[in-house]
This record gives sequence, C-alpha cells and structure tokens, in this order.
Amino acid sequence: MILLYDYALSGNCFKVRQMFAWLGLDYRSVPVDFHPGREHRSAAFLARINPLGQIPVIDDDGFVLRDAQAILVYLASKHDAQGRWYPDDPQLRGQIAMWFATADELTRTASAARLHDAFGYENLDIEACRRGAHEVFRLLDDHLAERASAGRQWLAGPHATLADLACFPYAALAGEGGISLDEYPALRSWIWDFRHLPGFIGMSGIFAAGAA
Amino acid sequence: MPFATDDPNMLDDWLVAGPAAALAGTSEARPRAVRLLGETLQLWTDAAGTPQCRLGTQALAIQPRHGFLWVCPSGKPTRPLFDFPEYSEAGRRIVDCGGIGVAVSGLRVIENFLDMAHFPFVHAGFLGQVPHTEVAKYQVQVDPATDEIWATDCRFWQPRASAAHDSGSEVLYKYRVMQPLSAMLYKSSSRSGELDAIGLFLQPLDDEHVIAHTLLACYDETSTDAELIAFQQTIFGQDKPILENHAFKRMPLEGRAEIPTRGDTSSVTYRRWLRERGMRFGVREAA
Repeated sequence: MILLYDYALSGNCFKVRQMFAWLGLDYRSVPVDFHPGREHRSAAFLARINPLGQIPVIDDDGFVLRDAQAILVYLASKHDAQGRWYPDDPQLRGQIAMWFATADELTRTASAARLHDAFGYENLDIEACRRGAHEVFRLLDDHLAERASAGRQWLAGPHATLADLACFPYAALAGEGGISLDEYPALRSWIWDFRHLPGFIGMSGIFAAGAA
Repeated sequence: MPFATDDPNMLDDWLVAGPAAALAGTSEARPRAVRLLGETLQLWTDAAGTPQCRLGTQALAIQPRHGFLWVCPSGKPTRPLFDFPEYSEAGRRIVDCGGIGVAVSGLRVIENFLDMAHFPFVHAGFLGQVPHTEVAKYQVQVDPATDEIWATDCRFWQPRASAAHDSGSEVLYKYRVMQPLSAMLYKSSSRSGELDAIGLFLQPLDDEHVIAHTLLACYDETSTDAELIAFQQTIFGQDKPILENHAFKRMPLEGRAEIPTRGDTSSVTYRRWLRERGMRFGVREAA
C-alpha cells in the first residue's frame, strides 16, 4: 500500500489526501510530528525520507517521491485512466504547470504567514509574506473573473484539474495567516465551488461542504 | 505598568509562557524570546538549571510546573498555581501537543472548550455525529476550597473519542476551569474506569490573541506520539476558524449580548465566575 508521510494541518498534504480520495485509492497515512516535534527536520527524516525536510512525501512500494505537485502528477498519471485531473493536452498541461508555480508561490507567502500566526514561526517577515500573498490572490482573482465572464469556472480547462487542487488549500486557509479575502470575490466564489465538488474531503480549517 | 493590561486577574496570577523543554540550550546570553501580554520576555535556564525571566532589565517571577513555564507578571500571585496530579501519575503518557496561535480572546477559547453542543457539527466523525445532538443535563459547581469550576456527569455519544478509539461510544466527561485561561478535560480513556486528562493552557499575547498549549496525560499503549498529536491538532484545527470568526473577538459578559440555552450551563457559570472576579482582560466592554 502507498505510504503518505502526512501532517493533518498541512495544506500541501491535504492536496495528496484529496487526490487519493478522488482516485478511490487506499493509502496509509504515516503522521509526521511537524509541530511541535519538527520531525520533518530530524536527522532520520532528512536522511531517509526527504533531504529538503518537507512534507508530503509518498512511498509507493519503494518509489519515493516528494513535492505535493509532483505527487499529484504521478498519482493522476498512474491511476486516472480518464485523464480528468491531468488531461493529455499540451496546452492544458502547460497551464497546469504554470499554476503549480503559483501554488508554490502561495506556499512561500500565504502558508508562511499561517506558519507565523498559528505555529509560532518567528523568523520570517510576516508583512512581506502577506504582501506577497495579496499579489498572488490578486492575480488569481483577476484570472478567475476573466474566466467567469467567458463562462469558465476553473483555472484551466472546462472542469477542475490539478491546477485548482494545487492552488486551493492555501487560498482557503488564508485567514489563518491574517489575510482577508474580502477584496477577491471571484477567488471566494471559486473556493466555494471547489468545496462543493463531489467527494471533497475538507481538512481542519476548511469545512467540507454538506451541512453548510 | 509595562504590560498591555492592568487587570489583576492577569498580572497577579501565574501565566503559561511555553513548554519547559523549549529552554534547552538557552543561557542568559542566548535567551528564548516569549510574548506575553503585549511584551517580549527573555527566558533562559541558569547554570543550576533554574528558569529565569526578564523583561528589559527587570527580573520576573517564573516557575516550571506541569511541563510548562509559568510567569507572574507582578511577582505577587494571589494564589498558588493549580494542581495537576495526573501529570505525575504512573502509567500515563505525557504528550505536549504543541502551541497553536489563535486570533481571538482566550476567554472564547476556554468557553468553546467547555461546550459539548458543537461536537456533532464542528467535529463530525470524531467527537459527535448528527443526529446525536442532545446535550444531556449535567452538573456545574464552583469548588469553594479552590475556586475552580467543575462540570460533572457530562455524557456524549462520540464516533471516535480519541486516537485510541476506532468505534463509537458514549463518553463520560468532566471539565475543570482552574484559571480564566486554563482548563482541563477528563474523559473516558482506553483503560476501563480511568479518565484521560487533557490540559488547555492559554498564553495571552493580548486581548485578542493567544497561543493555545495542549497537554495530554493519557492511557494509550498503541498510538505513536505523532498520532496522538495529530488527533488533538485535528480537533483543535476544526475549532480554530470558528473561534477566529466570532463577531466580537472579545467576550461579552453583560447579560443580553449573547443568549445561552440549557446546554450552556458551563458557559453561564464561567461567565458569572469571570464577572465576579471583575475580569476585564479579553472582555468586550458593554455597549
């Protein structure tokens, strides 16, 4: 069975958990004591699992892969026979890779602001993180508004893809980093739509739709 | 007065200032910076292994207990720090589940901790499940000897009450409030007849921000520390957006600002207890 080195409150780990759910794949979650234990920075973790000291990481029968977006590409390529999440189309794949870079930018900004406010990471420039996050959210909001005016709901292509999954969690968790999404109506509408996709699992801090 | 409040309920009490283990490797020359009541304190252990605390050039009273550091800002505590006998009971596992920052008055966090009615909605699949939504009648008393609030006879049906549980059960709860920003929860454990203890100790940064420290003193022979921590943080992470979205970040204590129901007996008692001690820190001024 595939192992996922996992942390419940990580948005990047959420991406992989959600992908497993959508693909209907069984996996075993190996909890990493990210906080307060900083297990992902321990010598054993760096030596055996990921020299970059980051999660998520998967181990698929000895094939070890790090980086949330890389894992999404691997899982979709291997298990999504219909090519729904990572369509076999040159332009779409190019656009998805482009949004992956935006997702990484959210990890560097919005996620870092959340690490500061919620997890006590003092050694980062919180104002620079929030400013950077606002720049990314502005970009996403403009793009989504333009797409909406063309009758499109998602970042790339006619339905939700890995591009949306990669950018979703740290947009939805922005408030935990002290970042308001009040100025981004198209982004908030997209978060709402994403939460209402069939099979959406949610995580602590992002309620699964349903009763709401 | 250098601190962000002049409320004696804060200044003359022992306030948590992080886990004792965080002072490993510190010295007077290389102290650990800790935020408390709007100030940044310097904490370290001296050559004898005793914790020390300073604000600017002024030394502050500090003691290590229950795995945490406790600072009395005025140096004149009105009462000793509460007891936590389960912390040193043989057979229990002690696990520090980490401090999580929450952008709301700490009084809101304690009140939420005492509330069972939200379990099926906020913690669905863990601490509750629709349609099991009824909060059965329970008892709330203030212990005259210690001035602590105790809520007893609390029962709730839970699908997955802890990391050690893999099926639903009716769970027995007891709650205890020791300080305005410190509370304990005792609940049925995996060991018959014994209760797990979960401490929630809030480090006040200002009227609308705390770091919530959670400590487990539990019976569990199978889960790893990482699994126990993941369970507690999953639960707390579910509460966090609810807490941070309160319409008033500070808690109203006047009569009609928010309307309680029968299930809120703990909350009613907690708010009355806060009013009687003249609590002002983290409190919303009456309109």
